[in-house]
Amino acid sequence: MKLNDQEKHRYSRHILLKRVGLKGQEKLKAAKVLVIGAGGLGCPVLQYLTAAGVGTIGIIDFDRVDATNLQRQILYTVSDIGQNKAVTAKNRLTQLNPHVNFDVYPEKLTTKNAIEVFSNYDLIVDGTDNFSTRYLVNDACVITNKPLVYGAIYKFEGQVSVFNYKGGPTYRCLFPEPPKPESVPSCSDVGVLGVLPGLIGTQQANEVIKIILDIGEPLSGKLLTYDSLNNSFLTLSVNRAEEEVQKVLSNSDDFKNIDYDFFCGVTSENKLKEISLEELRKMFEDNVDFQLVDVREAWEQPRVEKKNVLKAPLNQLDNFVAKIAKNKKVVVVCQHGIRSRSAIGQLETVYNFDNLFNLKEGIENW
Amino acid sequence: MTLIVKYFGMTAEASGKGEEELLEHYSTIRELKEALLVMYPKLKNINFKIAANQTLVNNDFDLIGNEEVALLPPFSGG
Repeated sequence: MKLNDQEKHRYSRHILLKRVGLKGQEKLKAAKVLVIGAGGLGCPVLQYLTAAGVGTIGIIDFDRVDATNLQRQILYTVSDIGQNKAVTAKNRLTQLNPHVNFDVYPEKLTTKNAIEVFSNYDLIVDGTDNFSTRYLVNDACVITNKPLVYGAIYKFEGQVSVFNYKGGPTYRCLFPEPPKPESVPSCSDVGVLGVLPGLIGTQQANEVIKIILDIGEPLSGKLLTYDSLNNSFLTLSVNRAEEEVQKVLSNSDDFKNIDYDFFCGVTSENKLKEISLEELRKMFEDNVDFQLVDVREAWEQPRVEKKNVLKAPLNQLDNFVAKIAKNKKVVVVCQHGIRSRSAIGQLETVYNFDNLFNLKEGIENW
Repeated sequence: MTLIVKYFGMTAEASGKGEEELLEHYSTIRELKEALLVMYPKLKNINFKIAANQTLVNNDFDLIGNEEVALLPPFSGG
C-alpha cells in the first residue's frame, strides 16, 4: 500500500532502517491488527502500533475508564473517566496519527461476534484481563487461523508469547486447562505495578511489528517471562500439542454455543457456596450462630462492627486459620466478593474447610 | 547434583521464595511435583506448568538431577 509524502516523512526513521525500508512501511500500512482490551496492555500496544503506522487497527473494549485505571492505562486522562475505553482510545490515537484507520467495537467480545470480527484482521493482540476471554480469543484465532500475540501480567511479573503462528503452539498447548477462578487473583484484587503492563505491552507491540514485517524471530514456540523486581527475562520453549489444537478445530461448528465462563468455572456451576448481602443482614437479625471472616485490610471501609467477626486479611490468612470455626456456618467477606472467593479456595484446598460461604457482592454496600 | 527450582507468580508466594536448590533426587517431574506439594501445601490450589532446562515438559519427564526447573502459573491480568 503506497505512502504519500507526508507519511514518508513521518516514518523516515523506519524507512532508514534497511530491514524495514519503504517496502516494510508499506506492509505496516497494509496490515490490519485487532487489539482486544484497551486496558493496561492494550494502551501501550495501541500507542506503538498507531505511531508505527499500522494501517488499520481494531479496538474492542466494552469497559469504561475508571480513576483506578489511570495509574497504568496511559492513553486516558481525568476527563475521560466514565467514557468507553475503545471510543476514547480511538479519539486519542487519531490525534497521534491521522493516517491510521480505526475500527471501534465498544462491546463485549463473545462467541457470537468473535469469528466475524477476527476475520477482518491479519493478527490479533490479547490484552484481556480474564481467563474466559483468553480461551475464547485463543480458540477464535485457531478457528480463523490468525496469529495471536499474547501478553499477561501478575503483580510484578509478565508473560509474552506468539501463538498459532505458522503452525506453532497455541495458548492451549501451554495451558490446556483453565485454573480454578479463585486461584488466580486479578489486578483489581491484588494490585499491579503500573509500569509493568507498559513493559509487557511494548513487547507485544514489538512482536506484532516483527510479524508484519517478517523480520527477526517472533516468540512463536517460546514463552518469555519477565520479573520487574530483578529485571530478569527467561525464555522457555513450548511445543505444539496437536490434540489440543484439533479439539478446538473439531468443535468449531459449535463455537458460538460454547460457554467460556462455564469452561473456566466462573459461573455458579462450581461448588462455591454463596450468600447475598440481604441474606447476611437477615442472619444477623435472626441471631443465627455463625462467624463472619473479613479478609480485607484493616483500613478498608465500611467496617462490620458485630460480634463473631474475625478480621483476617487475605495475605495473613494462614495466621488466622485456627480461629476460623469449623463446626458452624462461616461467611467470608471482602469488598467485592473476589478476594473472599480466593480465601475460600485456599481454606478449602489447604485446610479442608467445607462450611464456608462467600458473600457474593462483597460488603461494600453494608 | 543440585536441582534448581525457580518459582513464578503465585507459586513464588506459595513457596515463599523465588528460587531454591534441592539436593534430594527426584527421578521424574511427577515425583518432584509430589514432593513440592508436600513441602508447600498451598501449591495444591495453583495450576502451573513445569519447565526443565528452559523447555516445558510433562509429568513423565525423566530428571537427571542437575536441571533448572521452573514453575509457571498462568496469569490473567491485562
